[in-house]
Amino acid sequence: MASYSTNEFKRGLKIMLDGDPYAIIENEFVKPGKGQAFNRVKIRNLKSGRVIERTFKSGDTAEGADVVDVEMQYLYNDGEQWHFMHPETFEQIGADEKTVADAKVWLKEQDICTVTLWNGAPLTVLPPNHTILKVVETEPGIRGDTATGGSKPATLEGGAVVQVPLFINIGDTLKVDTRNGEYLSRAAKE
Amino acid sequence: MSDPHDWRPSAPLSALRARAQILATIRAFFAERAVLEVETPYLSSAGTTDPHIDSFELRFQGPGPVADHPLWLHTSPEFPMKRLLAAGSGPIYQLGRVFRQGEVGRRHNPEFTLLEWYRPGWDHHQLMDEVEALVQRVLGLASTAAERLSYAQAFQRHLGIDPHYSDSETLQQIAIERDPGVAGLQLERDGWLDLLLTHYIEPHLGVGRPTLLMDYPPSQAALARIRPGEPPVAERFELYIDGLELANGFHELGDAGEQAARFRAEQAARRAAAQPEVAADQRLLAALAAGLPPCAGVALGVDRLVMVALGASSLAEVVAFPLERA
Repeated sequence: MASYSTNEFKRGLKIMLDGDPYAIIENEFVKPGKGQAFNRVKIRNLKSGRVIERTFKSGDTAEGADVVDVEMQYLYNDGEQWHFMHPETFEQIGADEKTVADAKVWLKEQDICTVTLWNGAPLTVLPPNHTILKVVETEPGIRGDTATGGSKPATLEGGAVVQVPLFINIGDTLKVDTRNGEYLSRAAKE
Repeated sequence: MSDPHDWRPSAPLSALRARAQILATIRAFFAERAVLEVETPYLSSAGTTDPHIDSFELRFQGPGPVADHPLWLHTSPEFPMKRLLAAGSGPIYQLGRVFRQGEVGRRHNPEFTLLEWYRPGWDHHQLMDEVEALVQRVLGLASTAAERLSYAQAFQRHLGIDPHYSDSETLQQIAIERDPGVAGLQLERDGWLDLLLTHYIEPHLGVGRPTLLMDYPPSQAALARIRPGEPPVAERFELYIDGLELANGFHELGDAGEQAARFRAEQAARRAAAQPEVAADQRLLAALAAGLPPCAGVALGVDRLVMVALGASSLAEVVAFPLERA
């Protein structure tokens, strides 16, 4: 992997630090008029998600991290691994529960997800921003109540719990935003 | 690379109007005080040897004796302004662009507007009074006096250490205690001082009222006189407002031999770090040898002053076309 000088640091660049892959979130050039220049960077650990600050001496280098985002189709969960397939090469990979993490409740078979690979192994899984899931549990719907603005919890296939309007029933399919877990609309009946 | 959709200025026109007003205020301030406006070359056959400042190098294609010799865009107008002082100009100021290689960020742009002025017969304390008066005028501050803080006091207050007597290992240890991530950095003693200053002290300087930081370690004298004592200190000062470094001033070194020695030391440091060589200014040395009147001088970053005046957090908010749009 190439190494990068602080001159090449920018948002999104993936670098190795203390054995872990990181993404640069913010790069600030700090220099007293008559003194040593530094780059203070805010970086996200791509394994833990933790954000830390790190100071580099300007001109120093960091090793690049072999981290790529790949669009992959979610196939199935065998109880231990969540399996994804590259839509063009048909190559399949399995991700464990720690890797799938918060994404697992949003995954639906056939959906295209963003799988981040580090040295070819899955690091994180990002579900599509919007997905359509079926309600498996909720209080009975109040027919016709589309105006009062009240809400109630509903459990979706996959296990996510979202706040939905009162008229939603078990068996309804909902469009939801996976980034914040918000209900968007009722999807067309299948 | 260059995106034509970026043709608009990054700064709002209201900021550019405020900027024009500030430039007019600065010129009025110096006209009232009978300080002469001067202009010196942007392009010169000598540059700065300061290892922490890199220059843009160009070539003049002729004709004439300068043809095919390197020329440098000035990083400050200091040397030719001192030649004017030695020639008897009296108090002078200059408002213009200076250029610094490799400096870009929220608070840096490789070309920026510098206000530099010199006061023959003054020391740095008198000049600090005038810096305060100018800043008060431009920012419309009430007459809250600036805080004057020595470099040693600042380190004592914010880090509990003496910057003059702490060795490199102690400074490194203090830095690592605050951020273990810096343990791998290879820095000289002044580098650790700069790290501690920029990370842990600067953010507290000039909060509530301007801070004038002064009496720097002799190793950071740049072009200032060194006042003997225990410890000896450089008669250098910096102005900070809201954590932002705005100006750097000196009780100017006038000794040609000492100046030549500093040039040599800086050139040696540049060679050791494999940095590009820059010709030292022999005409400055000749002017010093002929006699620079005792004086104090200061350079103030005008773009940053406009940032403070407008409460902006980046240069892009006060400069029409920063590097990305230039």
